[in-house]
Amino acid sequence: MTSEWPLWEVFIRARRGLSHIHVGSLHAPDAAMAVRNARDVYTRRGEGVSIWVVPSDQITASSPDEKDAFFDPAGDKVYRHPTFYEVPAEAKHL
Amino acid sequence: MPEAYRKTLIRQIAQHAHSEIIGMQPEGNWISRAPSLRRKAILLAKVQDEAGHGLYLYAAAETLGVSRDQLLEQLHTRKQKYSSIFNYPTLTWADVGAIGWLVDGAAITNQVPLTRCSYGPYARAMVRICKEESFHQRQGFEALLTLTRGTPAQKAMAQDALDRWWYPSLAMFGPPDTGEQVSGGHTEQSMRWGIKRFSNDELRQRFVDMTVPQSEVLGLTIPDPDLRWNAERGHYDFTPPDYDELFRVIKGDGPCNAQRLAHRVAAHTDGAWVREAAAAYAAKRRAETEAA
Amino acid sequence: MTTPRVAYALALGDDALVLAQRLGEWVARAPELEEDVALANIALDLLGQARTLLRYAGDLEGAGRDEDALAYWRDDRDFRNALLVELPNGDFAVTMARQLVFAAYQYELYDRLRASSDDTLAAVAGKAVKEVHYHRDHATQWVLRLGDGTDESRRRMVAGLATVWPYADELFQPDDATAALVADGVAVDPPTLREPWTSYVEGVLAEAGLELPEAAAPRSGGRRGLHTEHLGFLLAEMQHLHRSHPGATW
Repeated sequence: MTSEWPLWEVFIRARRGLSHIHVGSLHAPDAAMAVRNARDVYTRRGEGVSIWVVPSDQITASSPDEKDAFFDPAGDKVYRHPTFYEVPAEAKHL
Repeated sequence: MPEAYRKTLIRQIAQHAHSEIIGMQPEGNWISRAPSLRRKAILLAKVQDEAGHGLYLYAAAETLGVSRDQLLEQLHTRKQKYSSIFNYPTLTWADVGAIGWLVDGAAITNQVPLTRCSYGPYARAMVRICKEESFHQRQGFEALLTLTRGTPAQKAMAQDALDRWWYPSLAMFGPPDTGEQVSGGHTEQSMRWGIKRFSNDELRQRFVDMTVPQSEVLGLTIPDPDLRWNAERGHYDFTPPDYDELFRVIKGDGPCNAQRLAHRVAAHTDGAWVREAAAAYAAKRRAETEAA
Repeated sequence: MTTPRVAYALALGDDALVLAQRLGEWVARAPELEEDVALANIALDLLGQARTLLRYAGDLEGAGRDEDALAYWRDDRDFRNALLVELPNGDFAVTMARQLVFAAYQYELYDRLRASSDDTLAAVAGKAVKEVHYHRDHATQWVLRLGDGTDESRRRMVAGLATVWPYADELFQPDDATAALVADGVAVDPPTLREPWTSYVEGVLAEAGLELPEAAAPRSGGRRGLHTEHLGFLLAEMQHLHRSHPGATW
């Protein structure tokens, strides 16, 4: 039997109010140990207040080959951004 | 991804990861003997960081479709290399300082450009590593500075360490780019691919230029009678390391090659039953969950 | 002067220092890289506790001894740590058995010591209790996995527990130095920790499907400076460089 522990992806939230951000990977035999290993490996310098771990093989990623089809179409929709709209200076709270 | 690029990347990242974990040993030697509790804590944290760095790098290599077990197997059977520097012994406490200052200094010189290399997972690992390495270099310098400002015996210990670590540190940048000792390396291709950004000799020069003024602050003498500032070039002239020695050490004939590898293999072998136990426990729990 | 309070701070500090030294021996030898990092974290926590406690003992003593003077210039007869922490690491199961026994004790101790009438000890305990809570959890996770992993790991875990078990009793024995402090609310009375400790450790062993080790003659003496042979070697290694350069700064 293979005893190599599976790979996990680690996400850390640095402070309250921020999102979890991917910080790296590690090996652990199960989820409980993965959280603990993540704490030891990725928060040695006080980097976090919350940890998520996800088995690496459970992540589905977009393909680099589809990058243009996936992401270019969003590039020209400037009207989705608030700075697109000019508003008179005297109109407050906009 | 082109296969040749993938293979070269795996080799480079793996070699780098192996260097981190083998590099735990020469300094780890001194954790138990550190001369103050403050130094003990610093050194323990530093060697621990190296385990972390090895771990980040193995994970970066794993994104290329090899497992950590496969990479360790390559290390244990000497099919992949690690940095030649870790095959030299740490004989005194000052060696711990010299490794931090020189070896980590050389590593940073090598690694900072890699934070912008063409392969994202490697570059991201290097960003994290470089941040942590700067603590390593500074603590090494400070440890040596304390010695050079200490008793005559401490100062002699610091000079002796510099005498022994200077040329092996220069050799860390690898064989020269020109001349007869060019060794069919991968520099040119790796630079084209953006997984190496400067040549060995460029990095070596950069390291010497950075380190000489630091040695003056320490009040230590670099063991090279021909070392002098060359105003025309805007760089220091220096004696290159003995590349024949470098090749011998890389081939396995350094003072500590056998010892370092035996230690590494023993740790892995002795830990096998623990890894198996944890895997078996996880499998039992999964089976229970599925049965429920 | 070695008042009861100095002796108490030394005992707690020596426990942490000697165990940190032992755990440091695991670095570059752990079963997996992640575990190298975990064990080093625990060692660093303990080393931090030791430094604070030894510094406090030195201040109380008033003889000008700092943390290093106390760590490096006392001989083994002057160390006050329990025998448990000086035992050789053995295999990973022995180390985890010791971690479980000791961290579960330290957790109960520091949890109670937070209410000490001595402000410094209360502050040390307030910080340390969080650290040892994690140490206890780490050991628990491993005892569960080794106890209920493979046949080999179970055999080793049973043997590991049997190795350390006779040394657990000392942690709960009353001693003269401590007795004087308990009345003033400075120290925690060791025997009162036995019940919560037992309940925790038995719970872990039950979940791991492990029997309690058979009762063996308890070993003690550390709090009185009567140690095993192992401590002398540990200190020789730890102290030799510092002692080779008297008066030097590092």
